[in-house]
Amino acid sequence: MDIHEYQAKKILAGFGVTVPRGGIVYSPENAENKARELGGSKWVVKAQIHSGARGKAGGIIVCNSELEVAQATDKLLGKKLVTNQTGPEGKIVNRVYIEEATDIKKELYLGLVFDRSSESIMVVASTEGGMSVEEISKQRPETIIRSKIEVAVGMQQFQAREIAFGLGIEPKLISRMAEAITGCYRAFSELDATMVEVNPLVISNQEQILALDCKMSFDNNALFRRNQISELRDKSQENASEVYASDRGLNYVSLDGNIGNIINGAGLAMASMDMIKLAGGEPANFLDVGGGATPEKIVKAFKLISMDKKVKVILVNIFAGINRCDWVAEGIVQALQKIEIKVPLVIRLAGTNVEKGNQILKESKINYIEANTLEDAANKAVKALGK
Amino acid sequence: MSVLIDKSSKILIQGFTGKMGTFHAEEMIKYGSNVVGGVTPGKGGSKHLNLPVFNTVKEAVETTGASASILFVPPAFAADSAMEAADAGIKTCVAIVDGIPSHDMIRIKRYMRRYSRVQKMTLIGPNCAGVISPGKAMLGIMPGHIYKEGKVGIIGRSGTLGYEAAQQMKNLGIGISTSVGIGGDPINGSSFKDILEKFEEDNETDAVLMIGEIGGPQEVAAGKFAKENMKKPVIAYIAGLTAPKGRVMGHAGAIVSAYGESAVEKVELLKECGVTISKNPSVMGETVKSVLEKK
Repeated sequence: MDIHEYQAKKILAGFGVTVPRGGIVYSPENAENKARELGGSKWVVKAQIHSGARGKAGGIIVCNSELEVAQATDKLLGKKLVTNQTGPEGKIVNRVYIEEATDIKKELYLGLVFDRSSESIMVVASTEGGMSVEEISKQRPETIIRSKIEVAVGMQQFQAREIAFGLGIEPKLISRMAEAITGCYRAFSELDATMVEVNPLVISNQEQILALDCKMSFDNNALFRRNQISELRDKSQENASEVYASDRGLNYVSLDGNIGNIINGAGLAMASMDMIKLAGGEPANFLDVGGGATPEKIVKAFKLISMDKKVKVILVNIFAGINRCDWVAEGIVQALQKIEIKVPLVIRLAGTNVEKGNQILKESKINYIEANTLEDAANKAVKALGK
Repeated sequence: MSVLIDKSSKILIQGFTGKMGTFHAEEMIKYGSNVVGGVTPGKGGSKHLNLPVFNTVKEAVETTGASASILFVPPAFAADSAMEAADAGIKTCVAIVDGIPSHDMIRIKRYMRRYSRVQKMTLIGPNCAGVISPGKAMLGIMPGHIYKEGKVGIIGRSGTLGYEAAQQMKNLGIGISTSVGIGGDPINGSSFKDILEKFEEDNETDAVLMIGEIGGPQEVAAGKFAKENMKKPVIAYIAGLTAPKGRVMGHAGAIVSAYGESAVEKVELLKECGVTISKNPSVMGETVKSVLEKK
């Protein structure tokens, strides 16, 4: 689960990381008051969406008067911002963050993620903060500082110091920098985060070390024990169909093609999508109803796919284990009694009691195309597109 | 022999008296697995499915001599149960459960570092279908009848895609020595390489099919291991050749993930390691067959 910049800043501040003063607003009037409250003569108005690269998309506006702050807020609220991380549909701005401006002397990069090969927490840092860090990691990978932290004992002082010295900053700032790095590590490890990124982490002209922009993501599997984090979820930033799916226990990702599919198991779903592409089609989604493929989940899956206007053919591929095919077939029949499907439907069942399952489908008089293998199913789905 | 479990392996069910534990214990017993009892804290001393229930894994191991266990406990308690099994001397533990926090998985793996290589428990999963040695024993939730007894090992991340492979092989008359589902989570108990090592040493396995996915370094690490240490042929299919890149927040993931994590890159690197690639998921069985015929 992703959260907004202002939420991440509040969390990091709680772990001893310094952030610029600011406040969240929902209207231009609010914004003007907030600017006055913060004081000073320069503010930054920042659109809060779950994406980086907001600056290039016009989501960050520097203002020199309270009136400008109000105008900038008015311009951003309700607007859809499209960045290279949002996809073409963009993300809506419902909240705006007003922050005091910072005089930047130097921009750095600090990120924390899981490293799957060492199964530890990896800290990544670079002297080049801002937009270009990904480029630099490809062109000059040797300039990227990487430090693996042993999770059993947590980050040690020397590790934080090594990273700080690696960033080439002045000796008198080292201990403060080490504190900021340690704070980010503690937030990551104590809150079940999967990503903490401070980009840029800046040194100001006043020699403060500030987290100027932050992103945090959390492990969905751990939200049951992180109530305060769960409350930060903003569904307006997520794809509507994906929210609908996740609320119903389905694992769904919307894609650009026109063959909708309903499959049990993530691996089999990916394999089926591979077969659809090989057959010359394009999948409209990834949808895993779970290994068990219970009738209730199948009904929900049909409902979800039927809401997608792009879908011109539906492919159902269920490999039934303990949940026998006859049971799955009954689930499909039930679903089709409740939900009207107007596009061709290809069904492939496999596994336990497959004959019985196929017989139930045939006798139900539902209108469908039967397929026997993975390849057969993909070919028939693509062929059905032409009809 | 087979790897991880055989007919004589004494099996405990952790989370025995729950709905899932009960159902799958019955299925395993029907298949012929040697289930000797189970653990549900607080219900020790009672009987369930005519088998003894214990309060702790330690007590269960001392009384029954069990060497394997399978977890049917909710994700929030799974890490604790896995560590309890390791501490009690269980040798093979399968975690079926989906939804264990990544931080917990790392904790389990760090905890297990206290044991020597010989003493260490092999943790399979989480988020997997388990282990089956066809005709011998099942320590999992798969439909046993689709697995024919034979000499090919299977290691896969996905449960249902593993079933698909087993069925394709059965249709071609190819049997399986052991099939191991290592699970789909980013951090898992055993990697492809860990299990390949076991298959290489197993005298009843002639070849191994790996069923991998996009993401993570494990498939390529296994390929390198096969190239350097294995005499037996390895066949692989990597799912997600056509999967789009996931939407991302920030840059950190991209900086850390190395070359070789997309399906296309994995296929290239595995080929370089001498692994035979099943070019699509509908020919996994045929690809295994052609490799066996060349042997």
